[in-house]
Amino acid sequence: MTTYLDFEKPLAEAAARAAELRATGTPAGEKAAAKLDARADKAAAALYAKLTPWQRTQVARHPERPHFKDYVAALITEFTPLSGDRGFAEDAAIIGGMGRFNGRSVMVIGHEKGADTASRVKHNFGMGRPEGYRKAIRLMELAGRFGLPVITLVDTAGAYPGAEGEARGQAEAIARATQASLDLPVPMIAAIVGEGMSGGAIGLAAANRIVMFENAVYAVISPEGCASILWRGDDKAASRAAEAAEAMKLTAADLLKLGVIDRIVAEPGGAHRAPAEAIANLGAALATELAGLEGQSPAELRAGRRAKFLAMGRLI
Amino acid sequence: MSWLTRIRPRLTGFLGRRETPDNLWHKCRACNAMVYTKEFDENLGVCPKCEFHERIGPKERFAQVFDGGVHTRLEIPAVPEDPLGFRDQKKYTDRIKAARTATSEPEAMAVATGKIGGVDAVVAVQNFAFMGGSMGLAVGEAFLTGAMAAVKARAPFIIFTAAGGARMQEGILSLMQMPRTTVAVAELREAGLPYIVVMTDPTTGGVTASYAMLGDIQIAEPGALIGFAGQRVIENTIREKLPEGFQRAEYLLEHGMLDMVVPRKDLHATLARLVELLMRQRVAA
Repeated sequence: MTTYLDFEKPLAEAAARAAELRATGTPAGEKAAAKLDARADKAAAALYAKLTPWQRTQVARHPERPHFKDYVAALITEFTPLSGDRGFAEDAAIIGGMGRFNGRSVMVIGHEKGADTASRVKHNFGMGRPEGYRKAIRLMELAGRFGLPVITLVDTAGAYPGAEGEARGQAEAIARATQASLDLPVPMIAAIVGEGMSGGAIGLAAANRIVMFENAVYAVISPEGCASILWRGDDKAASRAAEAAEAMKLTAADLLKLGVIDRIVAEPGGAHRAPAEAIANLGAALATELAGLEGQSPAELRAGRRAKFLAMGRLI
Repeated sequence: MSWLTRIRPRLTGFLGRRETPDNLWHKCRACNAMVYTKEFDENLGVCPKCEFHERIGPKERFAQVFDGGVHTRLEIPAVPEDPLGFRDQKKYTDRIKAARTATSEPEAMAVATGKIGGVDAVVAVQNFAFMGGSMGLAVGEAFLTGAMAAVKARAPFIIFTAAGGARMQEGILSLMQMPRTTVAVAELREAGLPYIVVMTDPTTGGVTASYAMLGDIQIAEPGALIGFAGQRVIENTIREKLPEGFQRAEYLLEHGMLDMVVPRKDLHATLARLVELLMRQRVAA
């Protein structure tokens, strides 16, 4: 069943009405339903063209939004998952492996949130533990040694804030993942495909080029977290999330302006509504960015990455 | 020079000299013992009764860590202030102003050069009193300034960390300071220079998950809270109370995340020995 977000109420109503009309089984009913569908599509496009940052946050978290496995299934052939950090465990929240992208061997690493209750639990809702980041480092180093470009798909509410993860060095694992990314002798492209929250995101996002879906969000903390910290003492702190989302500048359009991302990937009407189109757009964006880095030496790739992050904040 | 700038230093000088009962005594936050402020300061900001290490700012730290307290502050290049035009309950610019007035420091990280055990060193100190030490553009710039000064002078870079994490009011740009400072660490590595981290209370969030955990040597002060996630957040996640001592320096040492926990009184000697061993690899036997 389709999940509708609060602000999609008119779309939900239209869909329900169309279903009723179809249920009549008459040609007239079908015709009216089709007309209604067309109108709903137009309304959806108009609605999605001017979403607020908070609404986009909800779209980025939409349960039917494509995830790592959907992108890989559509864009990567011969995908061969690789497991384990070789020190402690396999973390299903951050997964990765080798495969071919447009015929070229690549390493793909990313957060997987899961698609239903069982798989969400299995993948810990895409919240990585230290071993997940350490596996990412291992795969990056492997890619570096064999000259495979690295593509990361970032989609996390944040690294998992558990007690055991702290004991095993959650912070250190993230810091080392960022360090490993910056050190790569091969091209690295990060795609912010859903939520890119906090250190849990940056550990996989210190790339040469960063692309982002138009309804994805990328921020230092979730709007709810930001609101609870900055509006502490305000009894409506929780309801300030929308306000915080606005202030934080977490949308793709804002981040492009700030120079934090390089390219916005279109997802008309939301990636959950038209996943095939969104995934194809992402594939095209990744191909373009990879082509742009073709022929650069390891030293140039490293230097480019360094210069990119050193400039952030200086040139606003 | 305007009237205001001429008079103001004298005014604050006058106020600063006055000894009020407020600063004659120091009350320990840990054991509640009342200690003469003078005695407390002479004990490096550590409670003489219970050894609790109180948070100290750059001024005190530089005085303690450099030989004879002799040091020169480095100027930190200006960064865009309030890049997002952020306001929550207060305007961000007002929060910065208030922090500057309260601390007499321009931002949450200060950098200085001097000698430690006779070896030239660059030291950065993060100041928890300045907006929780939070890492934004200015802190990133200070870190970069320090690291680059160390590379230029072929000196070790030592940082005393203290921060709640990233500065919320600078949004994504504060998150970008994580890779940005990591680039500086890479430059130090390539130059073959020691990067020593001394974690002080508290060091959490994005600061821990970037430059604070990338030291060649990881030191912490006793009892310092060190972690990624905040304790309240963790307790809400696992729905149980955290054990005593969780995320403290000694806990991290036990879990292999630190090289050593060093009391403040031994820090100067420890740092001197470390930089000596790393920088002067051969001395006359």
